[in-house]
Amino acid sequence: MKSCLVVDDSKVIRKVARHILETLNFTVEEAGDGREALARCEEHMPDVVLLDWNMPVMGGMEFLRTLRQRDIEPQPKVVFCTTENDAAHIRAAIDAGADEYVMKPFDRETLESKLQIVGVA
Amino acid sequence: MEVSEAAIRVLGSLLGARTGQQLAMSRSWRIHTVLQSLVRERGLGSLDRLVHAVAAGGEPELADAVVDALLNNETSFYRDRTSFEQLLGPALARLEEARARTRRLSIWSAGCSTGQEAYSLAMWFAERKSRWAGWTIEIVASDVSRAAVEQARGGLYSQFEVQRGLPVTQMMRWFEERPGANWQISDELRAMVRFEMRSLIDAPPAPGRFDIILCRNVLLYFAEPVRRTVFSRLAEAAAEDGVLMLGAGETVIGQTRAFVSDPDCRGLYLRHPEAMAPCRAAS
Repeated sequence: MKSCLVVDDSKVIRKVARHILETLNFTVEEAGDGREALARCEEHMPDVVLLDWNMPVMGGMEFLRTLRQRDIEPQPKVVFCTTENDAAHIRAAIDAGADEYVMKPFDRETLESKLQIVGVA
Repeated sequence: MEVSEAAIRVLGSLLGARTGQQLAMSRSWRIHTVLQSLVRERGLGSLDRLVHAVAAGGEPELADAVVDALLNNETSFYRDRTSFEQLLGPALARLEEARARTRRLSIWSAGCSTGQEAYSLAMWFAERKSRWAGWTIEIVASDVSRAAVEQARGGLYSQFEVQRGLPVTQMMRWFEERPGANWQISDELRAMVRFEMRSLIDAPPAPGRFDIILCRNVLLYFAEPVRRTVFSRLAEAAAEDGVLMLGAGETVIGQTRAFVSDPDCRGLYLRHPEAMAPCRAAS
């Protein structure tokens, strides 16, 4: 069973994502911001991180850059999942090491297809 | 809201006449939902009034809109990735070898909906230019829905549509952002696909003798006799060693003798050696 860490400051989004991911046979952990997500990763490195952009304390980009600088092998796949839906944000995320990008709102099929693309579903 | 049996009969007969598809009572739950926006848009007040207007026959453009609304245009880029991997891996390698002399491949996306399947193929070839240098790759895509074909030709997709099944790197390479959270496919890909409005019960498109035919998640909407006719049409349109790709949950087994399972590629089908010789395609 693959594991996914859902990082989003919205409880509702975390709940929706958890529901979808569990139907796709993922075990799911949650974090409300980037700093909490890094702590979760230290305890247990997930196979994939579903990552929001704008969050208090530490945002998605700072989390991603910090994660990618760490000497971890293999690195988890990171899928941004955000309302920042313009080309400039998408390009910046890819440059920072994101593997995929989901533009909110999303549905089960979209999320499943993105997880297949990064090879975890 | 309940849809009356009489209304379903009128709508079913319209859909059947235009597309060959059946409107089973079991799908009646969907009818109200898909037609409600049309009722509002036209200020008709109720579904019954819409059905009466269609039955009166004086508004062909309204009938077109009803048919478009009743069709299921569900699709996505690289839908069922495993099947695509089989098609674009071993099956295509076999055809590449078989067509090494003519260096020509014809592909038909039959029931292409809003075009994502055809553009997935176009993208795949466009990203492998050196392998296919000197080849003519002809991609034809057809659908019975006027609205779907128009969208496909325009190549403009909503944010929701563009990200379904499409890796973000390909999205950024082949699409440009447009106002209103839309994404426009590149002119290069648009030029690679010819879209036609055409029913599967009509003659197949030119040039015929297709090396690859994709007909996915469409046949389930036809009653058995029509489905057999469509299978015959597909067999007529296929090259002798052509490959047929159906939807993930579809099969030819027990449906037709025109195609047999491809022994080398799971989920793909070959024209039966004794199936009828290819007919001339529509001009």
